Amino acid sequence: MRLINRHPDRSSRLLLVILPFALLLCAYFMGSTTRLTENPNDKLLPSAAQMGDAVKRMAFIEDNRSGAYLLWQDTGSSLQRLGLGLGISALAGLGLGIAAGTLPLFGASLSPLLTVLSMVPPLAILPILFIVFGLGELSKVMLIVIGITPILARDLEQRAREIPAELLIKAQTLGASTWTLILRVILPQLLPRLLISLRLVLGSAWLFLIAAEAIASTDGLGYRIFLVRRYLAMDVILPYVVWITLLAWLMDLGLKRLTRLAFPWYEGARP
Amino acid sequence: MSFISVNNVWQQYAEQVVLERLNLTIDEGEFCTLVGTSGCGKSTFLRLLLGQEVPSRGQILLDGQPLIGEPDASRGVVFQRYSVFPHLSVLDNVALGLELPRSPFLGRLLGKAKRDAREQAAVMLAKVGLGHALDKYPAQLSGGMQQRLAIAQALIMQPRILLLDEPFGALDPGIRKDMHALLLELWRETRLTVFMVTHDLSEGFSLGTRLLVFDKVRLDPHAPHAYGARITYDIPLNSDRRAARAAVDALPAHVAGRLQTA
Repeated sequence: MRLINRHPDRSSRLLLVILPFALLLCAYFMGSTTRLTENPNDKLLPSAAQMGDAVKRMAFIEDNRSGAYLLWQDTGSSLQRLGLGLGISALAGLGLGIAAGTLPLFGASLSPLLTVLSMVPPLAILPILFIVFGLGELSKVMLIVIGITPILARDLEQRAREIPAELLIKAQTLGASTWTLILRVILPQLLPRLLISLRLVLGSAWLFLIAAEAIASTDGLGYRIFLVRRYLAMDVILPYVVWITLLAWLMDLGLKRLTRLAFPWYEGARP
Repeated sequence: MSFISVNNVWQQYAEQVVLERLNLTIDEGEFCTLVGTSGCGKSTFLRLLLGQEVPSRGQILLDGQPLIGEPDASRGVVFQRYSVFPHLSVLDNVALGLELPRSPFLGRLLGKAKRDAREQAAVMLAKVGLGHALDKYPAQLSGGMQQRLAIAQALIMQPRILLLDEPFGALDPGIRKDMHALLLELWRETRLTVFMVTHDLSEGFSLGTRLLVFDKVRLDPHAPHAYGARITYDIPLNSDRRAARAAVDALPAHVAGRLQTA
């Protein structure tokens, strides 16, 4: 049988899912054990026990200096920034995308502008943000907003253009004005698409968040990783990276579930 | 005065002439079927009637007034595809037409007004045979049912003109027959003027009270786009139905009204 026609069954699929993760973990811990037997003070590949200790220290024991549980404090601050950034970007991207994609007069100015703006590397203007908005929360949130809004807006503009012209005409024959047409026809059809776009830009959003925190912050997951780098504290860095990955994955999963739950017509409408 | 009059209408895009010298008068309540080869401007003519496009030359009058240059609630339309809203249930697809004109800010009705709109929509849906599928989404319906929905959606607005652009082109023959019966029944009940583009000549002959054939009269082989199509045949059909319609129209309004509801 040709390879292209062979499909995994239920149990072998599960095995195939687990396999690469198991291999990665296996390779890591073999390397870690080898290095630690050669040099018990090696910091590069900490053992599971060392990382467990670090997690216990960061998550379940109060910090001597601040009296806070650092992991949770960092997570809270980071998620707040990320949530604000994503929320503002979603609203702005939706508004801009609808305006550019459905109203030709607006699109004539907005479309080229968005194309150019999306080419500006957000990290290159991070210093400007720090200068203009100061080193507080605002500049970190703004970096996320500036980084992903043009991407969201351009994607939604494209999706808005893909709505068949027949539907827009039909809505007009049903007595819609421009405003009610956007409200009842365009917006509901773009919302599931917005959730999908958000999933796609989650990675970029985390990137901008960590970059901003690394440069100017006093807490946050990115801040912590860059702080403990000075002590080569791989036993903290690795669990933090795993934790960030887990959070990002959960957000992706949540958005996926939400799309299916809130817009049951969407999947079925795809041919 | 005629209901619709088309006066010397031309339509051209850049160098390409699609329609030329169209002259036509249509009475209220006629069922015009538009036939012709592909690309000969039938659908363009429909778009002109819909207000989706404005003629390059000439004008179209509705009740003696120039036709409004954008789609509005007086003209209903059913396309071959994409006529219904995928994000709304069958019931809301039809109720939408009652909600939009009455709620300029929200585009939706609330409370009792919404219940009334939905009830009215359900009655219309029962009439086109979709009474059992009110809560489904269009993607869950077959092609024929989707077109029934599109027709119900157009008729709830009580338009004066119904424009059909190959509405049954994608349906199989059996379903198509059912749709013909439904369409004729609805046409008899209302005072609707229908324009229907079709590729199926027999459909054109059996449904219409008037058959309009679009064709290019002049053709320059060196410049195939230099001349547009005209209406080459204008054939009155099904005189019995035409006469029945005229007889009903001649009755006093209160009697006719009762007949239509019966």
